Amino acid sequence: MSFNRYILIYRESDAGVDKNENLFDAFMKELGEKDPSNSVQVVDAVMNGKADPDSTLVKIIPDNIYFKCKDPVDAIKIVDDFIIKNNPVKKLEAAANNIQYRIVLRNCGVIDPENINEYIAREGYSALEKVLFDMTPDEVIAEIKKSGLRGRGGAGFPTGNKWAFTQQAVGDVKYVVCNADEGDPGAYMDRSTLEGDPNSIIEAMAIAGYAVGASKGYIYIRAEYPLAIKRLEIAISQATEMGLMGKNIMGSDFSFEIEIRYGAGAFVCGEETALLASLQGERGMPKPRPPFPAVKGLWGKPTVINNVETLANIPVIIIKGSDWFNRIGTEKSKGTKVFAVTGKVKNSGLVEVPMGTTLRDIIFTVSGGIGNNRKFKAVQTGGPSGGVIPEKFLDTPIDYENLVALGSMMGSGGMIVMDEDDCMVDVNKFYLQFSVDESCGKCAPCRLGGRQLLTYLQDIAKGNGDLKDIDKMKRIGNAMQKASLCGLGQTTSNPIQSALKYFYDEYEEHIVHKKCRAGKCLELLTYTINPEKCSRCGICKRVCPASAISGDRESGFAIDNAVCIKCGECYNRCKFDAIDRG
Amino acid sequence: MRDNIENMASENDADSKKVATPVRQYDVVVKILENYQYNHEKLIPILHAVQEEYRYLPEAVMMYVANALGISPARVYGVATFYAHFALQPKGKYVVRVCDGTACHVKGSMNMFETIKKVLSLSDKKTTTDDLLFTVETVSCLGACGLAPVMMVNGDVYGQLTENKVKDIIENIRKHEAGVKK
Ligand SMILES: Cc1cc2nc3c(=O)[nH]c(=O)nc-3n(C[C@H](O)[C@H](O)[C@H](O)COP(=O)(O)O)c2cc1C
Ligand code: SF4
Ligand code: FES
Repeated sequence: MSFNRYILIYRESDAGVDKNENLFDAFMKELGEKDPSNSVQVVDAVMNGKADPDSTLVKIIPDNIYFKCKDPVDAIKIVDDFIIKNNPVKKLEAAANNIQYRIVLRNCGVIDPENINEYIAREGYSALEKVLFDMTPDEVIAEIKKSGLRGRGGAGFPTGNKWAFTQQAVGDVKYVVCNADEGDPGAYMDRSTLEGDPNSIIEAMAIAGYAVGASKGYIYIRAEYPLAIKRLEIAISQATEMGLMGKNIMGSDFSFEIEIRYGAGAFVCGEETALLASLQGERGMPKPRPPFPAVKGLWGKPTVINNVETLANIPVIIIKGSDWFNRIGTEKSKGTKVFAVTGKVKNSGLVEVPMGTTLRDIIFTVSGGIGNNRKFKAVQTGGPSGGVIPEKFLDTPIDYENLVALGSMMGSGGMIVMDEDDCMVDVNKFYLQFSVDESCGKCAPCRLGGRQLLTYLQDIAKGNGDLKDIDKMKRIGNAMQKASLCGLGQTTSNPIQSALKYFYDEYEEHIVHKKCRAGKCLELLTYTINPEKCSRCGICKRVCPASAISGDRESGFAIDNAVCIKCGECYNRCKFDAIDRG
Repeated sequence: MRDNIENMASENDADSKKVATPVRQYDVVVKILENYQYNHEKLIPILHAVQEEYRYLPEAVMMYVANALGISPARVYGVATFYAHFALQPKGKYVVRVCDGTACHVKGSMNMFETIKKVLSLSDKKTTTDDLLFTVETVSCLGACGLAPVMMVNGDVYGQLTENKVKDIIENIRKHEAGVKK
């Protein structure tokens, strides 16, 4: 018997079964009456993330539409209208879920990642089987080229072309390397993919190996990801046991083995040439390119390096075909992108959407917008290499080119949402500190330029800045962009350049008026007590950890700004809004 | 890997003598080197294993490793100093790593860091307590940003921290330790 549709009824965890029982029964009963051919299967599914307490999430496959069901009446409506009559039921649709489209995260939270059989049951390893028995390496590469897939590690280089270069490069031995060094602070897409669906990555590596002519692969992963490491180890050993990895895979004459290596806490090792140096047991310093790793990589051999998310797309493209993949996304950016939306949004988490979705849809529709009655200020994409995007560009469809045009970049997919309480100078200082700490120090523009930029920012944050500094910062930034050896130095100044473009007034305020409107730059803050509002309750004096507040209930209270440590405790605790911050 | 980290605390109880006299521990190092076939390309995994054993990379052990692998001590030292994960000073039994990635930063991770330092009487210069129980450091993104602010104590991740929660975690470890000693 085969089903042509599935209804997935989601529950949050093992404990959620009872809650959905009525709904389950209602679907079964209604289908029993309206669908005598028994073409629809109802499935009990566990969701990724939190359930809405008032309704249950229901997904129809293959339509990929989500509904929110409150009671059995909703179930009946979905069966009658949507399943039987094929009419949309807009009223019950779950908008936040319908914007999302899962390719990379297709199995995450759906299968048990430590049981290879569950992966196999969802077409796992059938892409590998297809390439081994029905496709030549050239055909595989042509298919990936045609799909339009571009690298998700940051640069967006077409994956098919990268594979073709490696295949054409001369070498007795070739390697496939999976870049799982995800070091971009605020990004955790790769970790989730590896933890939730490790088999898809090793399958994709084997496909890449077959395409380029490599029989050995390495996964370079952060030591900070112990669970991902464990699950990869399990996946590799189970696959090897079943003949899906190792010698003569599935009886073919293709052999492929994978070794896991972990990093040791250096962000720059995510850069491909540094990563290769680290794999060889050296200091992880970038090297000039060319030669590109595709030609001269690990131990001088042709090497294809791909990001985790890039690889996760491969098996699906092979199975469903490049034409299918090609239809998703924008003209130049195909498929989906996973974003880690964090910061001041109501629901932080992973979001996978088709390329071309707007920032507004991601931040407001899917992630619930800004909490605590605050206002959106900006979103940083691309991590320390990217930039801030202000409100007025929120309707830009996301793709590689559009983000660059806005002065930011796609990066690996971190998306940090900021509200009025975040200060641009402070945020820039934070990213710059990160880039300076992580600079490997090999080339002067990055090593010296980064420090110099940081010094300017520190001065500005302390109120010692000068408007002329801005021009100098831009000049240093431009020089670093042009002259640094690797992407780290080339992009260090991006956050500053974009903030100067969109939030110049905040810089000016810090420099000219010595003010930080968000209250983040502590040296610029002063707290004072407004005697008109003060009711002389005295709580400020009790909570001040620095004993900076003097006075009593008779004569009133005052803050000594020389002693104040600007912790804001009094400001937060005063019930009468009597403390002014300026 | 994870198991190793988790077991670290209990194993290391018996190990404190080892840390003091690394010289007598070369048999462990030899085993590690054998595991990696004396292959200098595997220097980084080797140093990981050595550090798991000693909780840091003692100079004498680095010299020994260099000789055994037939590479210069400078190369070993170069690698050991390049990567943030490797420590040249003994670390505490519990390594508290407060995430200062972007997501955690905007959610106030530095307040957590300050709180811990205050509770443990540590400063930016002094990062390990005198009883070698705690080392406190910052780390960039632990990949649990959805739970920001986040910290990791040895292998365990704690999320959605508040200053009180942080104090409780430290207090619980101290209590646990006091119980173990008795
Ligand atoms: C400083 C720096 C850090 C990087 N970090 C990562 C990373 O953590 N993960 C990643 O996949 N790519 C990272 N990259 C990009 C890689 O150099 C490389 O472009 C990528 O792994 C190629 O894979 P893709 O074509 O599948 O994207 C980084 C680049 C630079 C310059
Ligand atoms: S740009 Fe920076 S990180 Fe890159 S090689 Fe130069 S110094 Fe190293
Ligand atoms: S920023 Fe702290 S876990 Fe990612």
